[in-house]
Amino acid sequence: MSSSATGQPYQPKTSVGKITNFVDTRVGGSAIVKEFGRKIFPDHWTFMFGEVALYSFVILLLSGTFLTFFFDPSMAETHYDGSYVPLRGIEMSMAYASSLDISFDIRGGLFMRQVHHWSALLFVAAVSVHMLRVFFTGAFRRPRELNWVIGGVLLILAMAAGFTGYSLPDDLLSGNGLRIIDGVVKSIPVVGTYISFFLFGGEFPGTVIIPRLYVLHILLIPAMILLLIAIHLFLVVVHKHTQFPGPGRTNDNVVGFPVGPVYAAKAGGFFFIVFGIIAAISAAFTINPIWNYGPYDPSPVSAGTQPDWYIGWVDGALRLMPGVLAGFPFEWNIPFPWGTNTLSLNVLFPALVPAGIVFTLLFAWPWIEAWVTKDRREKHLLDRPRNAPTRTGVGVAGVVFYCVMWAAASSDLIATHFMVSLNDVTYWLRALVIFGPIIGFVVARRIALALQRKDREIVLHGRETGRIVRLPHGEFIEVHEPVDEYKRYKLVNFDSPEALTAQPDVNGHVPKGEKRRAWASKFFFEDRVAPVTPAELEEAHSHGHHGEVASEHDKAAISSH
Amino acid sequence: MADHSHGSPDDAVTVAKPGQGGVQKFQDPGLPPHRPRLADVDPRAEKRAERQVGVLFLISIFGTLLFFFGYFFIPLDQTIGTLRLQNLLLGLGTAFAMLGIGVGIVHWAKTLMPDHEIAEDRHEIRPEADRADAEKIVGDILEESGIKRRPLIRNTLLGAGILAIFPAIAIFRDLGPLPGDVLRQTMWDDGVRLTRDPSGTPIKASDVTIGSAFHVIPEGLNEAEHKLEEKAKAVVLLMRLNPESLNPSPGREDWGYDGIVAYSKICTHVGCPVALYEQQTHHLLCPCHQSTFDLTQECKVIFGPAARPLPQLPISVDEEGYLVATSDFQEPVGPSYWERG
Amino acid sequence: MKALSQKRRHPLAAIALLLMGLLLTGGIYAVASNANEAKAQTAFSANDIEEGEKLFVANCATCHGMGAAGTEDGPSLIGVGAAAVDFQVGTGRMPLQMQGPQALQKPVQFTEEQTQQMSAYVASLGAGPAIPGEEELDLEGADPAAGGELFRVNCAMCHNAAAAGGALTRGKFAPTLEGVTDKHIYEAMVTGPQNMPVFNDANITPEDKQDIIAFLNIIEEQGSPGGADLGSLGPVSEGLFIWVAGLGVIIAFTVWLTSRSS
Repeated sequence: MSSSATGQPYQPKTSVGKITNFVDTRVGGSAIVKEFGRKIFPDHWTFMFGEVALYSFVILLLSGTFLTFFFDPSMAETHYDGSYVPLRGIEMSMAYASSLDISFDIRGGLFMRQVHHWSALLFVAAVSVHMLRVFFTGAFRRPRELNWVIGGVLLILAMAAGFTGYSLPDDLLSGNGLRIIDGVVKSIPVVGTYISFFLFGGEFPGTVIIPRLYVLHILLIPAMILLLIAIHLFLVVVHKHTQFPGPGRTNDNVVGFPVGPVYAAKAGGFFFIVFGIIAAISAAFTINPIWNYGPYDPSPVSAGTQPDWYIGWVDGALRLMPGVLAGFPFEWNIPFPWGTNTLSLNVLFPALVPAGIVFTLLFAWPWIEAWVTKDRREKHLLDRPRNAPTRTGVGVAGVVFYCVMWAAASSDLIATHFMVSLNDVTYWLRALVIFGPIIGFVVARRIALALQRKDREIVLHGRETGRIVRLPHGEFIEVHEPVDEYKRYKLVNFDSPEALTAQPDVNGHVPKGEKRRAWASKFFFEDRVAPVTPAELEEAHSHGHHGEVASEHDKAAISSH
Repeated sequence: MADHSHGSPDDAVTVAKPGQGGVQKFQDPGLPPHRPRLADVDPRAEKRAERQVGVLFLISIFGTLLFFFGYFFIPLDQTIGTLRLQNLLLGLGTAFAMLGIGVGIVHWAKTLMPDHEIAEDRHEIRPEADRADAEKIVGDILEESGIKRRPLIRNTLLGAGILAIFPAIAIFRDLGPLPGDVLRQTMWDDGVRLTRDPSGTPIKASDVTIGSAFHVIPEGLNEAEHKLEEKAKAVVLLMRLNPESLNPSPGREDWGYDGIVAYSKICTHVGCPVALYEQQTHHLLCPCHQSTFDLTQECKVIFGPAARPLPQLPISVDEEGYLVATSDFQEPVGPSYWERG
Repeated sequence: MKALSQKRRHPLAAIALLLMGLLLTGGIYAVASNANEAKAQTAFSANDIEEGEKLFVANCATCHGMGAAGTEDGPSLIGVGAAAVDFQVGTGRMPLQMQGPQALQKPVQFTEEQTQQMSAYVASLGAGPAIPGEEELDLEGADPAAGGELFRVNCAMCHNAAAAGGALTRGKFAPTLEGVTDKHIYEAMVTGPQNMPVFNDANITPEDKQDIIAFLNIIEEQGSPGGADLGSLGPVSEGLFIWVAGLGVIIAFTVWLTSRSS
């Protein structure tokens, strides 16, 4: 098989060439280079967040591996005898003691801990921003729906990885976090108590939870994340990257830089940049000062006990839910033939419902949109967020929903820092968690529509130059400069779907589902701003001044006086 | 079709009329002409960019050296100051080392590598011919395996496969014991002394002055076999109020002693320690989720997500004047669970 | 009633009143602080008490009433002791600027001598916790680790594990302990200012209190080993930091990275 057309096998001349040839003939490297060496990737700053997530995950693996060499995930009791004076002689678990040793007695250990924790926060943040980018630009549409779902699963796994890691040092903060988890688990009907006992190996806190979370944290969850990242990236290659619309960029091509050398250099260099930023933050900013919190003990608790930001929303929901509302308690004792059972909705509801809403909508969204638009074509061109006002509104509503709940998780800090009553903060946030997303939706959609109109204005009447000119007959106008055809194409080349009325089926009958779809379509696309057509532009120009286009409004307004 | 005019009222053009959009479209002008960079046309700029990249890589080398300096020349002498300095040097060293390489490479790619944008065609993800071939192959595979023709094999394999999953679930049974009724019991019992947390020294009734709050564990807890598990249920907050401020319900009048009352410290919401006692308002606040309990109303919930009052521990004094429990809690402490009833 | 008003001028009335007053204060004291065993009171001179009374009448009596018996706007100060006055006035909480959820710290209004005089006056009204002297505040041999443990059990739930402060109900809060003097921390523990519970010497012994103060001093002095502590507020400030600063810097780099070079 190695013989070429001439019958002569290829003979490398240099030693590097020999090694390369050896590998190539064993793994088929030439085909890989041929496939990927000049593959085109489009360039846009918003496309980099996935890379940030990937790189922070790599940094997590590197720093985490270092930490495993020194961390002892045991809940056996010991007395601390390390360097940190305010804890010397205190009884604590091996897990906490070894975490303190990493921080105080192993050179670079504190740095590595901080790198690990900062990159964990950044990892989940980057995954979230990446998903928001995909959502707002419509990159989840066919053929990328499954990759969107994989991304959603990765987000959940990232949160799970974060939470299991947060609990490992067995300090007071994480221990109280676990206790809250135990309380939430116990509220699950029928099986809750059993799950709690199986999870903790008996009663809380037990002696097995840290080692069990450790296995999940360093083996199971990272392995699943790695596997899903591999599938995720494979699908990116299969689909090729999306691109923003613009001159020369169509649904059938991809415009950008080849992997070798430009894209590889930029992407590779970016890894070092992300690492450098995390290192700089870890050098100068403390994260999770476990020495402050002390060892876990079920009796004490610290003011300001909160989870990391990505779990914060669930904690916030727990805080916002009233236990008793206007005399109506949310904990019910339900009599059954075999005895009375307790249903604790004041815990179960906030723990499940907000997360349920967010993730159901997240996973279902590509299909919801396809159902509403009846548009099942492949979409490789992205939407500018303003060109999909309803979707943008929904996304903003989701962000507001999350932010209100995270704010609720820090209600005590808001109260102390803004000198307001803790109770009032809670009352306001209870209202905001319901009305905030609605307001966010309406405002964001309005802004998107307004921006679309501004785009139309620019296409039709040109860019405002700020130059005021007085015409011979005394009229003042601002000179508008027409945009060039490349910029103009960017502003007019987008899909603006229209509301689709209910379509009767073959029997001339309109099914219920179709009526609902028509209603949704109306909701989505009733308000729309269409892209400028050449005819409209022509018309606008014919009204304009010679060589420059003045706003029609200005003209109309002035001449009517 | 609804056609709402949402444009400015005097500008009817803004709002699309049905069927108007999409008919006429602008021509794609194609990729904008390539604009050469400074380094493409000016050899001096090119040379300068080259030097800049080199300097950035030198910064990286400096960063690595800084790391080594911090690692080997800052001895950890058990003080926080040196640790902070070392952490700063290691971090800044790493940051310079990484940013030097990263920024250098990107600057190199941006200024010196070709910046012509290239268009590549997309291909069908699943060409129809491939689908037909694949379908035929799968059909052949199924046919050759005979799984369709031999339902006995298929059904028994299916049954065996499904059943084989269950051991993998069952084998996890020993993760933990069954709950039983351990959640109903704590270390408290008639005559068990209230002692200070964490020292375990007993408390005299006269020690508890009005306005004070004691964090309490049962006597003998520090020597208990499952210390933390017992502590997680048994911790109690002890306070003294003016006896007139307390409003005990019938049957609970003798659960306190001369204005001294003891309540479980474990929140009935999800189990955080409700340890914040406001001695003037007599409110107990949970710092985790802000459930607020009113001590003067037998710890009724007056704010927040908890739905049940904190359980009260009935107490009295023994002949030596020390506070003792007169029984265990009369209900399970801590968060609700299904079997609580 | 008439008989009573006539007997008011009886020569023995003053003695009877004095006896009643003593019984009352003694009774209150017995209930309020039988655990704070009579401590060696810092010796106040009669002159101090006299000057203190003048200051009290001029500055405090509006709310606390004549003779510090208390009004609707302020509690009685009989039996609160010199330590309470020294804490409230010495940290600037009193005189109160305005009625609110709780007295806020503000610049101290009185000189140390005046504070001393008012303490002397209030202490003369009924025995209470005295201002801690050098002996109580001697941290020689104190164990900061034990103090830390006590701090976490008794104080951290309100004041935060790193003593950064925390929220209470309805606008009240537990202040940060950073920058608070040893004496004021000690006084706060023995007197339980505002909504803070009292930690009398039976609950937390003077040695324990010294341990706690030593712990607070050490964590304040040493600072955070990992760099800036972001207010020691825990995961919320860390999360905000990574979103604002971390992602902000990263976005700046992505924009630079994907922009065309000139």
